[in-house]
Order: sequence, then C-alpha cells, then structure tokens
Amino acid sequence: MYDVAVIGGGVIGCAIARELSRYRLSIVIVEKFEEVGFGTTKTNSGIIHAGHHSPPDTLKGKLVVRGNKLYDRLCKDLNFGFSRIGELVVARSESEIPELERLKKQGEAKGVPGLEVWDRERLRNAEPNLSNTLVAALHAPSAGVINPYELANALSENAVDNGVDLKVNCAVEKIVVKKGFFTVHTPPETIKARFVINCAGVYADKIAGMVGLRDFTIHPRKGEEYMLDKRLKGLVQRLIFPIPSKNTKGILIIPTFDGTIMVGPTAQDNADRDDASTTYEGSEQVFGFVSKICPSITERDTITEFAGLRAVSSTNDFIIGPTRIKGFINAAGIQSPGLTSAPAIALYVRDILKSEGLVLKKKGNFKPHLPGPPRFASLNYEQQKRLVEKDRLFAKVVCRCELVTEAEIHSAVDHGARTLDGIKFRSRAGMGRCQGGFCSSRCMDILSKRLDKPFEEITKRGGDSWVVRKMTDDV
Amino acid sequence: MLGRVEKKYGVVVIGGGPAGMGAALGARDYGEDRVLILDREPEAGGILLQCIHSGFGMHYFREELTGPEYAERFLQNIIDHDVDILSGSYVSGVVIDSGGSKKVRVMSESHGLITVETNAVVLAMGCRERTRGAVRIPGTRPSGIITAGLAQKFVNLKGYLPGKRISILGSGDIGLIMARRLTLEGCHVEGVFELMPYSNGLTRNVVQCLEDFDIPLHLSTTVAYIHGRDRIEKITVAPVNADLKPDMSRAWDVPCDTLLISIGLIPENELTQNLGIGLDVVTGGPLVSSTLETSMPGMFACGNVLHVHDLVDYVTREALLAGRFAGEWAKGVRRPKDNIRLVPGDNVRYCVPHTLSPEREHTIHLRCKAAMKPCKIRVGNLMEKKLRFVFPAEMIMFKIKPDLLDKFHGDTLRIDILPLEKGEKVD
Repeated sequence: MYDVAVIGGGVIGCAIARELSRYRLSIVIVEKFEEVGFGTTKTNSGIIHAGHHSPPDTLKGKLVVRGNKLYDRLCKDLNFGFSRIGELVVARSESEIPELERLKKQGEAKGVPGLEVWDRERLRNAEPNLSNTLVAALHAPSAGVINPYELANALSENAVDNGVDLKVNCAVEKIVVKKGFFTVHTPPETIKARFVINCAGVYADKIAGMVGLRDFTIHPRKGEEYMLDKRLKGLVQRLIFPIPSKNTKGILIIPTFDGTIMVGPTAQDNADRDDASTTYEGSEQVFGFVSKICPSITERDTITEFAGLRAVSSTNDFIIGPTRIKGFINAAGIQSPGLTSAPAIALYVRDILKSEGLVLKKKGNFKPHLPGPPRFASLNYEQQKRLVEKDRLFAKVVCRCELVTEAEIHSAVDHGARTLDGIKFRSRAGMGRCQGGFCSSRCMDILSKRLDKPFEEITKRGGDSWVVRKMTDDV
Repeated sequence: MLGRVEKKYGVVVIGGGPAGMGAALGARDYGEDRVLILDREPEAGGILLQCIHSGFGMHYFREELTGPEYAERFLQNIIDHDVDILSGSYVSGVVIDSGGSKKVRVMSESHGLITVETNAVVLAMGCRERTRGAVRIPGTRPSGIITAGLAQKFVNLKGYLPGKRISILGSGDIGLIMARRLTLEGCHVEGVFELMPYSNGLTRNVVQCLEDFDIPLHLSTTVAYIHGRDRIEKITVAPVNADLKPDMSRAWDVPCDTLLISIGLIPENELTQNLGIGLDVVTGGPLVSSTLETSMPGMFACGNVLHVHDLVDYVTREALLAGRFAGEWAKGVRRPKDNIRLVPGDNVRYCVPHTLSPEREHTIHLRCKAAMKPCKIRVGNLMEKKLRFVFPAEMIMFKIKPDLLDKFHGDTLRIDILPLEKGEKVD
C-alpha cells in the first residue's frame, strides 16, 4: 500500500512526486507511456513565463509567478538546462501600445520583476532582426527557456533516487474506491494507495470519472511547433510574443535552451485526445504570422515539426484541489502556464495533502541533487579534453549534427533512457538536421546492448513504435 | 596505414568515401607522400559499403562492380600507397593560422582529442538525405518513416527490414534501389510517389528497379497525410496541381507500415560553413575554382560535398583532380588565379567549377532545370555541343579545351541549354 499514487508522469506528476519525496512517504508514479514526459510535456514550448499574461484572479495567475521564482533553485538542484533570456511582447501598431501598458500593470500587481515598455529604437537595438514595422515592446527579463522533457526526466529521476517507484507502461483502466484507500488497476500492475493525485493531462477528466467525479471536462487544444535549422541560431536573443488573444498567447519565436529557433504554437481545439498531427493550415498560419514579426524566418529552414495537446479544462483554469472523494486530489486542466507553475503546483498539492490528513515528516536523507547530462558540445576545448582523458568514449562521436558522443548516449541510458526518443531527449542525439538518419542505428546498437534486448525490440517511443523487423520473420 | 596518425601532413582529406579515397590517391599520385584520410565510420568506404547492388565502375573501371567492390579497389590502392587512414574519427574544426598552415582538430576513440597540422585540406564529407522535416507532410509522427539510406543500412549492413509493406516518397536513386531490394526481401512495395512530373532517379534505375518489378511510379503525386499513432498505418496520397500542392479531391489512401523518404541529398557543409568558406546556394556546396579550391586558400573540395553527383565514377574523377591540386599546393605550387567566371544561363541549374583558367582543359559539370530533347549546350560564343536529351536527374559533363578559352576575352562565360534551331540535328 502506497501513501500516494501519482497518476501521470508528465512534468506536473513528476514535480509533485519529487516534492513529496522529501517526506517519509511511499509514493508511486503511474505512467502509461514507456518513459515519463512522453505526453503533453515533450511537446511543450519550454517557456518559463514571467507571469504578466495570466489574470491575477485565476489560480494559474497566482501560481505562475511563484513557479517562475522557484526555477533558480530547482535548476541549481537538478542541473537541467535553464536560461532566463527574457521575453518581449511586441506591438505591431500604435493601437496595441495600451495593451502593453495593461500587461505591464497586471504583471506589476502580481510581482513580476523588471517589466519595462521599450520604444521602437530600443527594440531595434536589442533585436535587430525583428521587423522594423514593430513600434514598441514589453520586456520581461525574468522569462526563460528550458527543455521541458529534460525537466520531467530530472524530476522523476531525482524522485526515484529518493525512493519513489516509477511504473511505466501502466495505463490506468479502473480505480476502485474503498474505505481509506484506492485500488488503481492497470494491465500490468494493480496499485493500492491512500491518496491518488490525478495529473493525467488530457485524460484527467476520464481518470476523475473513474471515481465518479464528473464536475469538469478536458478539451484538448492542439499546438503545432516548427523547429528551424541551427543556421538561424542567434537570430533573436529573447522570446518574442505578439499581443495575446483571448485563448492563447499567440504564435511565438522561441530561442530554445540549445539555441535552436522554434516557432509556434498554433491553438486548435481538438476532439481527439491523441491526435498530435501537424497540418498544412498550421504551418501556413505559423509562418504566415512569424514572417511578419521576423522576416528572415521562412518555412524552408524547418528541420522538423510536431504538435502537442494542451489540457484545457472546462473552467479555463487549473483545477487543483481535494474532491468529494476523500483522498482523490485533482491537478487537472494544467494548460499554459503549467510548465512555469509546475514547482509551485507541487508545493500547492503538498499543502493540500497535508490539510487532507497526510502526515508529512521530512526525511533526513533527502538527496536534492542530480549532476545533469555532460553536454559535451557546449564545453570548451580544454573541458572537452579533460572529459576525454577520463573516458575515451567522449571522443567517439555518435550524432554528428549535434555533436553527441558515445559517452553521452551511455549516460542517457544510465539515467533512464529506454527508447530512441528517450536517448534523444536526454542527449540530443537525433535532434539535428539529419533527424537521426545517421545515428539512429548506432543508438539502437547501444540500447540493444545496454538493455540486453534484441535490436528489433528497440522502439522509437515504446508501445507499437517498432523500428525494424527481423529478416527471418515470415513476410 | 590504418590507424596511424603523424603530427604533420601535406594533405589531410576529410571523409573516407569515394571522394576522399580518390582525393588521397590523387595527392599521392602527384607525389605528395604525407597524406591522411579522416573517416567518421568504423571502416572507410563511405556509403558505397551499404550499396551492395551492382552498377558501379562502368565508366571508371569499364566493368560492373558492387559498391563494396568499388570501395575495396580504392582501399587496397590506398593501403598499397601508404596513405594513413584514421577511421572512427570526427573533425570538430580546422584552425587556420596566419601563415596559412592548417590545424585539423580530430576526435577519435583510439586517439582522443588530437590536432593534426597540414598544408592542404580536401573536403570530402559527402552528403546527407533530406528528411520528412525538409518538406511539409501533415499528419502524425509515428515510427516507420525513415530515409531510404537508413533503410538501406538496416537491410544491407544490419540484416533487418524497415517494415513489410512499404511506400516510398520521392524517386531519388536510393529510393528506387530500395524498392527493388525490399521486394527481393519479400516486402510489398506499394508504390513510389514523386512530386515532380519526372523521376529524380536515373532512367536505368526506374527501369531496373521499378518497371521490372511492376512497382508503380506515381508522378506529380505526393504524400498528403500520415496516419498512425505509434507506428505508421497508412498514408493519404494525392496528385498535385500546377502549384505542386495536393489536390485532395483526387486523394486516396495507401495502407503501409513503412514510408521511405527519398527526396534528395544535401551536401554536408557544416564544417565548411563554420570556416567561413563561400557556398553556392544552388548546389549547397562550396564555390570552387578550376583547381577545385574553395574560397579558403589550400582547402579543396570534391564529390558530393561539392555538388551531388549521379554516378560514383564521376566522383572519383573529380576527386583525383582535387587531390592532385591539393598535392601541388602542399608542395608549394601556386597557380595564377582563374580569370573567367561561369554563369548558369537558360535551363542551367548550376555549373561546377565556378571559375576557369585558360591554361588547361576543364571538365564542366552541370545540371539542367527541366528535361529537354534534343538540345544543345552553348558556352558563350565559344562552343556548342548537341545532346539527344537532358534530364534533371542526370549530370551533364563536357570539356572545354584551353585553345578555345585563349580566344575568349571577357570575364564571364554564360552557359545555356537551348532547343535546337530549325535544321539543326544531333549527330
């Protein structure tokens, strides 16, 4: 019997589990995919918002600023890539300037630091590659970028280091409520827990429905993103936002933590909870819009595209709290700024659990630190030499587009990679221009050897995502 | 010698495929005896090693060889000529000091991080395949969508199938070769879908790999949607309109578990770009003089890193030449700068080299934009050459004699591919 079962190993579930692992509790993360972060998390834009966008009277508006502030400490502990590059909301005409002022006021009321409205000249000097038709911008220096999948991996790994059980390939099919505990049924495992935290993303309403709660629904909102060639590295220094609309912060230019420029997302309400497809309309919308803000960005530079599903709730706000089913706690409807809010959501849920009667006693031996991946390509020559002296596999290049060495692939496996995507998200192998054309087969060799699995059993991302078939099979 | 690396060389060749091997031999034949090949794969030979089909060497050796056989002949020659080869190595950069000497930074498991000094460098890194990301194909992102070259590696080098029911987007040569290869392995190839109204592969490959096996080639057709959650389940294909956009009213579905992408090759010039060497936006390769020297003195380029060739035999010829000029450079020979610039004109997509000198005979490589038959190539007002046909998938080559260039007094020479005039006939 676990004290707490966290349903969903996205960034929210992992953040909650890691926070709870500070205490003397038995905790399990129940994840339906092969690895954590393989749902909405991996397709997140990776923005740590400053917090001026969301209204102060909403739960998301309250948690976002606190979440932002918690990132410095979290990054120090877990060593994921994080950089406060700042954000600019740009005005395309004089008539949009009052909206900048409104956002500034809203942000200041919520305690967002350093907000400033920049005039045309200052904007031009700071971001010379943006369109010269832009008239002003709101600068928010506390906004930053991370790699969301890296964060989910780091949180779950650190949680596991601190005693949390991680059950993957466990899609929840049924939850039985008994007096004082829950039985969570998944095809491979049956899990008993006193508390259940519902972090099931776009399926959170379905999970709530399993215990008879039908007071909210989730409406997936699809976002398409387009990743551009490294050639454009440095084109913009900061996150570039348009003036937001009612439903979305709009289509952004995102210099990711690794320097690759990403553009998107779209915002399309989706009936299908698994449909992460990209569309012609999406790419036209993204590039049509972005080229107005930054004329040197064209579709030609796309190296890959993907789509993700935001878990938008029927209240259009986070739904976090206890329910009429004692012990069943929702952390649902976590759409933007969910990633930013994640560390604050974890603390918020911890406090809810406490008030719901869970006894929280700190562990004496909590280990807050993770070393983080080696990131060979980002080191200088002398640092690289030192690594190579320690381990010759740092001189053996596997992914040449992103300069990823074999030692880093092994490190990814050491730290939990079980699939090609798992390796990609931990090491960047396969993320570059050739999209794995050259390194996939070598990564599969290493996975096969390290996991002691036949080559043909290595998958792209678990489930039925096989890569090759054996030749001797009947054809 | 395999695995031997000295501190100093006359010529360092980056890449151990057909271009790199040819360049090393070219330098060696000229008399430069300090030559090193740096190759990233565990074994030199390049993509030839996974091309186990025949059809190589008909021009250069006058016999039909498989890819590995073609590579083996060069490899043996290289070993016999005492060229050093470091396989499993990666060039992370080249530092050029003020005196023009080049320090090549090399990473390898066997040697760690080392620096090799050289007079001349030959860039021979080859090319990579365009991926799904290079074109917009809407739909999901399941597994089972791989480049034809990766499928070739799985089948020929690793002994695995990429799937059983195959569709192929693009009619590049590797895609066509794989259509046949996978059919022979018992897979079902549903068809090849080509956006353009003509094949991007060699005619002989269309005939021998598709027609002989009754595999349909759908021209002016593209993949308009990819279906499947974990693994690809089917594709929607559609004929394209004049603007190359799919006409969804005429679309149909093709069930398959694999989609091979064979939509062209891109020269791998990241290293070249990092050195600030000028590139041709059309070829994607460096701008080169008639000695195949790039804009960086003492750095030469050949093979598919320079421009994508159709046959390896021509890569070899170009590479021998680049190697020879690199060898000259290493020995201190400095030729006068070229003084004639070649300009692609009507129906010419590109021509390589980019400049000429009247002192020697030159082989010009070019590609046309559109198929034309019969036609003629006109080089300024110096010469005309009639051809039965030109075809975008096939490289066009011709020679210009030095005596013709002697008579030329301008500084730019325009090359056009033109229809024949009334009364003109191909001999």
